[in-house]
Amino acid sequence: MSRTGRIRLFLCAAAVIAVAYTLACTGLPHFGSAVHPYGARAVAATLKQRTANTISSINFDQRAFDTLGEESILLGSVLGVTALLRRTDEERQSSERGARVLPSTRLFGTLLLPVALLTGIYIVAHGQLSPGGGFQGGVILATALHLAYVAADYRALDRIRPRELLDGVDAVAAGAFTCLGLAGLVVGAAYLKNVLPLGTFNTLSSGGMVPVINAAVGVEVASGVIVLLAYFLDQTITTGPTTSPTITTSPGGPDGTEPSDTSEATS
Amino acid sequence: MNGVATLTEILVMLALLLVAVVATIAVLTRDPARQAVVLAVLGLALALLFTVLQAPDVALSQLGVGTAVTPLLILLTVRRMRRGRPEPDEGEHAEDGGDR
Repeated sequence: MSRTGRIRLFLCAAAVIAVAYTLACTGLPHFGSAVHPYGARAVAATLKQRTANTISSINFDQRAFDTLGEESILLGSVLGVTALLRRTDEERQSSERGARVLPSTRLFGTLLLPVALLTGIYIVAHGQLSPGGGFQGGVILATALHLAYVAADYRALDRIRPRELLDGVDAVAAGAFTCLGLAGLVVGAAYLKNVLPLGTFNTLSSGGMVPVINAAVGVEVASGVIVLLAYFLDQTITTGPTTSPTITTSPGGPDGTEPSDTSEATS
Repeated sequence: MNGVATLTEILVMLALLLVAVVATIAVLTRDPARQAVVLAVLGLALALLFTVLQAPDVALSQLGVGTAVTPLLILLTVRRMRRGRPEPDEGEHAEDGGDR
């Protein structure tokens, strides 16, 4: 198709979408209104399940199956990164030079690391009560750990980060979410139904299944993001340049797929 | 009562404007390393917008993923790609990235 033809086609499609989108937007509920049809129903269901944080109730109870799909996406991306960024034969491991760190940076990192870890744990633990939850807290936990790299060097980070263990923990936590759903089937209800005792409203143990699934998601996200960043950092910091000038050499060659490469990366 | 509502609206308006400005800068920035930094600022602006719109859960996610993890992954990838290329200023780039 010629250039003008393509532009004409785009303008026609854009005009149709503009009209349809404008018409659709006029039918939406008013922006920022006090009453919303979905909001009212969700809040009523949340109060019935004695969960203080509506968002967590929607994520881990009312629409837990959606969240299971989202967690599977994260697990899938971690798996993909693990498969793609493993060290191949063509890449050699370069010894990392000890980087000099400013004393103020070292102090900042050392002081902030425990505070950040505590913040992450707090946000995971209070997911059913206050804003936050497994996903947000997990990301905070994962990034907090990397303050060790800022404060010291890569070797210090490697020491406090047992990657093979976290690899397994990530999979187990993702599996735990899936298996927790089976509890509903065992008692004769639907998959992922909230079957645990609901507890007292606005306490740590309230919400039945919500805190349990929330904790599983927290562990999964934290270990997943740590493993994800570990493979990226490994490629950047401890892997030397490839022997060939471009890095587009096929890593899936006949001699580049030994499983021992992965374990070698952590040594 | 009326005054409070107007103030919230002004805050939402300012946050939206900030997001639009930073997002435009992110699109106009061509260097991937600089773009990662602008992306982090955009994540911060979006977190601010979500907070003003009373969505603290989404704001926290945005802060963690959009401001910390995504720019870090981009910076690490950029540094790795530059090191793989035989460039005369190879060492200089590696030092630049090493500060993160």
